[in-house]
Amino acid sequence: MILTSEEQDMLDGKYGKAAQKSMEILTTLGDIFEAECMVNVYGVQIAGVSYDNLGEAGLEFLSEMAEDGKVRVLATLNPAGMDRENWQTLGIDEEFAKNQNRAINAFAKMGIVTTCSCTPYLIGNTPHFGQHIAWAESSAVCYANSVIGARTNREGGPSALASAITGKTPKYGYHLDENRHGEVLIKVDVPVKGTDEFGVLGKIIGDKLVELGKKIPYITGIPNATVEELKSFCASVATYGGTALFHMEGITPEYNKYPKPNDIILKIDQDNLDKTRMELIDDDIKIDFISIGCPHASIHEIAEIANLLKGKKVKKEFWITTARPTKRISDEAGYSKIITDAGAKFAADTCCVVAPIKGRFKGIMVDSAKACYYGRAKNKFKVKIGSIEKCIEEAIK
Amino acid sequence: MKFEGRKIYKGIGEGEAIVTKDAISFYGGVDPDTGKVVEVGHELEGQSLRGKVLVFPTGKGSTVGSYTMYRMKKNNTAPVAIVNNQIDTIIAVGCIISEIPCVDKIDINNIKTGQKVIVDGSKGTVEVK
Repeated sequence: MILTSEEQDMLDGKYGKAAQKSMEILTTLGDIFEAECMVNVYGVQIAGVSYDNLGEAGLEFLSEMAEDGKVRVLATLNPAGMDRENWQTLGIDEEFAKNQNRAINAFAKMGIVTTCSCTPYLIGNTPHFGQHIAWAESSAVCYANSVIGARTNREGGPSALASAITGKTPKYGYHLDENRHGEVLIKVDVPVKGTDEFGVLGKIIGDKLVELGKKIPYITGIPNATVEELKSFCASVATYGGTALFHMEGITPEYNKYPKPNDIILKIDQDNLDKTRMELIDDDIKIDFISIGCPHASIHEIAEIANLLKGKKVKKEFWITTARPTKRISDEAGYSKIITDAGAKFAADTCCVVAPIKGRFKGIMVDSAKACYYGRAKNKFKVKIGSIEKCIEEAIK
Repeated sequence: MKFEGRKIYKGIGEGEAIVTKDAISFYGGVDPDTGKVVEVGHELEGQSLRGKVLVFPTGKGSTVGSYTMYRMKKNNTAPVAIVNNQIDTIIAVGCIISEIPCVDKIDINNIKTGQKVIVDGSKGTVEVK
């Protein structure tokens, strides 16, 4: 790789230990993926925040980096394993809370903004079209590349942290025009509506892309989609397909920048939607937990939930997972009071995927196809997908 | 016999080779406290990687695996060097943060379990004694 003199100085240790280790990570990745040079990044999203995922090992690494590491660009965090203000009421034990705070404090020491959210693009870590970024968190990577048209590879925890400390990422993969064009054409022949249905669609497409060996899909036949629907779709197609970029005709900003692929490799009809929805509903499920906000709920979704819960009482454990800044807007708008009066709980900073809740519940109902995957794989729950309305019907019955 | 590969992480690691044709996920697949492979059905299930030159095709699984390798290094249960056919991001980052010498682009069929191997991560060479 060709390095600038500043980058070389970082590699030689002139900017300290953390910057040197960071540059070692980035130059090695650059060599592996044959990057010619580094590119400056506007912002970074760091994964590997929940102590449930990090463990003592990850925490040790972070503490070592925090000895002299300081970030040079805007950097935000993925969800933690708990609500930082409200962990007791969510049933998180004290030992875990202590360790989680040690991890967050190490990030804070490096100058990272400790908003713990999988939707950085909703809370101010918001790149513009074409901007280079280094993000971890597969759903946010997919959203940034596809919906915003920013440019990032799928980073892991350490490589994202390295980019935050150096302000650089090796220029390869999705940073380059030639790797961003649609490769396979997918036609949606049925109206798709709601976060749950967009999640189902993401699973259909993601599963197909795995079969094909992960190609960039160009999707036609969707006349419109909300931010929330796209957020859900991104999470699902990234979970099931490992997809970091898609184009959606008439919706995403780069759909007409590159040639449209010719042959339709998949047509999706009502039958596909129904069949795949059934794959996200386990037999004999007994629902004792409902969670909305995977990826983190937007203020628009929280307003909708408040409207549906007004004057009602939930009879099951009900979490709304969101970013703390979004929760604050909800507090000020009066939605939080309506929601908590109904007996539902806010779980800010965290989510049902990364919180240490394995074994606490038997059956989870969600509006997210991604949450179904991790509910089964990580937490061994039975799962059921449904719209936000259906989730609330289930909660209050 | 000496093979030329690509340097991934600097330093020299010398030890007995442990070779598998299966990909390795350090996160969930290896116990960082004992250094043993715990993935059910893995070719190396139950075997310790501690102090060995670990030879495998490539990494798989969660990016948290890099941290598991770091934990092994701190626990003295890590391999002394790693040789891959084709490195992936998780293993590369794991070697860098844990300072484990590593070389890839080596045909791992040339190495057998039990052979004494010297990995020079600075030169990108693997020598089988």
